[in-house]
Amino acid sequence: MASLTIRNLQKRYEEVEVMRDINLDIADGEFVVFVGPSGCGKSTLLRMIAGLEDISAGELRIGDQRMNEVPASKRGIAMVFQSYALYPHMTLYDNMAFGLKLAGKSKAEIDAAVMRAAKILHIDHLLDRKPKQLSGGQRQRVAIGRAITREPHVFLFDEPLSNLDAALRVKMRLEFAKLHDDLKTTMIYVTHDQVEAMTLADKIVVLSAGRIEQVGSPHTLYHHPANRFVAGFIGSPKMNFLAGTVQGFDGDFVQVQLDNGGIQSVAVERGALKAGERVTLGIRPEHLHVVHGSQIIPATVTAQESLGDHAYVYADCPAAPDGLILRVPEEEQYRPGTALQLGADPQRCHLFDASGQALARVKVLQAA
Amino acid sequence: MTQQTIILPTPATPIAPPAPGRKFSPAKLLLTPSVAMLGLWMIVPLVMTLYFSVIRYNLLSPDQTGFVGLDNYRYLLEDPAFWPSIGHTLVLIVSVLLISVVGGTLMAVLFDQKFPGRGIARLFVIAPFFVMPTVGALIWKNMILHPVYGLWSHLFRLVGLEPIDWLADYPLWSIIVMVAWQWTPFAFLILLTSLQSLDQEQREAAQLDGAGPVRIFIHITLPHLKRAIAVVVMIESIFLLSIFAEIFTATAGGPGTETTNLPYLVYSIGLQQFDIGIASAGGVIAVILANIVSIFLVRMLAKNLRGEYDQ
Ligand SMILES: Nc1ncnc2c1ncn2[C@@H]1O[C@H](COP(=O)(O)OP(=O)(O)OP(=O)(O)O)[C@@H](O)[C@H]1O
Ligand SMILES: [Mg+2]
Repeated sequence: MASLTIRNLQKRYEEVEVMRDINLDIADGEFVVFVGPSGCGKSTLLRMIAGLEDISAGELRIGDQRMNEVPASKRGIAMVFQSYALYPHMTLYDNMAFGLKLAGKSKAEIDAAVMRAAKILHIDHLLDRKPKQLSGGQRQRVAIGRAITREPHVFLFDEPLSNLDAALRVKMRLEFAKLHDDLKTTMIYVTHDQVEAMTLADKIVVLSAGRIEQVGSPHTLYHHPANRFVAGFIGSPKMNFLAGTVQGFDGDFVQVQLDNGGIQSVAVERGALKAGERVTLGIRPEHLHVVHGSQIIPATVTAQESLGDHAYVYADCPAAPDGLILRVPEEEQYRPGTALQLGADPQRCHLFDASGQALARVKVLQAA
Repeated sequence: MTQQTIILPTPATPIAPPAPGRKFSPAKLLLTPSVAMLGLWMIVPLVMTLYFSVIRYNLLSPDQTGFVGLDNYRYLLEDPAFWPSIGHTLVLIVSVLLISVVGGTLMAVLFDQKFPGRGIARLFVIAPFFVMPTVGALIWKNMILHPVYGLWSHLFRLVGLEPIDWLADYPLWSIIVMVAWQWTPFAFLILLTSLQSLDQEQREAAQLDGAGPVRIFIHITLPHLKRAIAVVVMIESIFLLSIFAEIFTATAGGPGTETTNLPYLVYSIGLQQFDIGIASAGGVIAVILANIVSIFLVRMLAKNLRGEYDQ
């Protein structure tokens, strides 16, 4: 069985520590996505799992076998590289058969495996071609095909769709989902793309600066981010952050006084929170609304961006250094300079303490 | 006070593209000097060589002249040194090519690995290419292969063996070693740059496919180097055809004519026997040989490149 266990993994290049305290459990057949800003160590972690980088400290187990010292070719892993890394002088057939030939498989076995993979990926009519004679999407399929023929226990994908255009990405994304359904193999997938992460993953691992920030289902990460980093990273456009202080408590609600005078209540557990403490209020653009009433956040419109079925309004607010974004219906038009009163459902708001940790949200009503 | 006049450059008037069908476009006119120069450099010597090769022209008896038809060619072909010299030329080219391509490839792979002091080490490897051929030959002759003072004789005596007089006993091989010493760095340099352009991920993919270092070399590295090797073979052949300085310095074509190649034969007939006519005939044959070799090579290279791009 191909479950994966990572314990206290660390990576050093000479004296520079680029990854630390990586602990992760991946169940057999799970589709796991690594996301994080550029340079956070996604590729490094993937390459350590593949055996292309040494593990500086800690342990990697696949199934119940320790893998730290096992060479890459013996780990039962196949990897699809961002550049595809096809062998340019070999035909597609030979590209896909290479691993099997090296393993000394019989001609018939190789033939069967290659044809099966080619059928799954709809490239069986291209097998005589060389990689140069293919489009980007077709090359991508060959790279996947090469991985499939080896019947690995774990698939690794390093930003496999980043070289493709938007339409093809959507198509290939669906094919990845289908491929996972068909093969039911453990897959680890690195991406920059929010949508890919949210749609494909059983489990998302958010990395930042060589550490794991949070592990969870797409739903968990979106609704219950563990800290400000994850909250800002997951979701597009980004969550709005407003600085303020705790004014008081009202039953299940925490009243937050924003720096520009506005007030917003938030449905979170108060924990060790005390009145007067500095906090950051987080509201996603889709949950920020134009309101009338007492609990309001004053802001000034700077621009509006229409996306067809809905629009995003950009607004300035002294409490939000990065500005505010709110999602409005397409019909509503706001001219730059308009003063707005904004507010949000307390159960849709997030609250982060001074160190950036999220306070657990209270489920007063199941906001579905 | 001196008055200075400043001459402003007149703004260049844009030249209209040449009208189709017009005979003398400015562009062609501007090309003329270089074309004329090229003609002078190439055509004139070639024509003169052809001319000399069909007249009697011996510096020892300059009064006897006149058209002799193909006699010079006949004398040359009957010269007992001629066919061996062609053989030596080919043996020299093929051996040096083999040594430099194989050695250069292996060294390129070796020096592509990471190790401390790699930059300096690479510099040392390339160094022989920057040594003048005459200097290189002198070093080899007097400091390495010399039967008394040479490094080899020293080593041989150290282990109690009789030193070998390399240049006397294995003259052609000595020349081959000297020339290969000069040209292997060239092959190394070209192949190393080519090797560095090999996508690292391809190697890693092969590694995941279960290939060890040897199989990665055979299945991934060598095919990638194919074109660079073809280029090395082509360039080196052209230069190796005209190897002269090493032979002149180290063996003067000897002992006997054992290290005489075609260029050296032409030299010895023309400037030692003073027969310009026969030497010119040798020159013409050298040109023909060069053309045969280069046509053969261009074919090979073209086929090679086509394999990569077409289909
Ligand atoms: N050979 C190396 N020597 C030193 N540091 C390295 C080396 N390789 C990678 N790093 C560092 O390790 C960190 C993680 O790199 P990695 O390639 O894993 O990032 P990534 O998350 O995949 O980024 P991207 O999304 O841009 O691909 C980076 O800060 C990088 O500078
Ligand atoms: Mg990366």
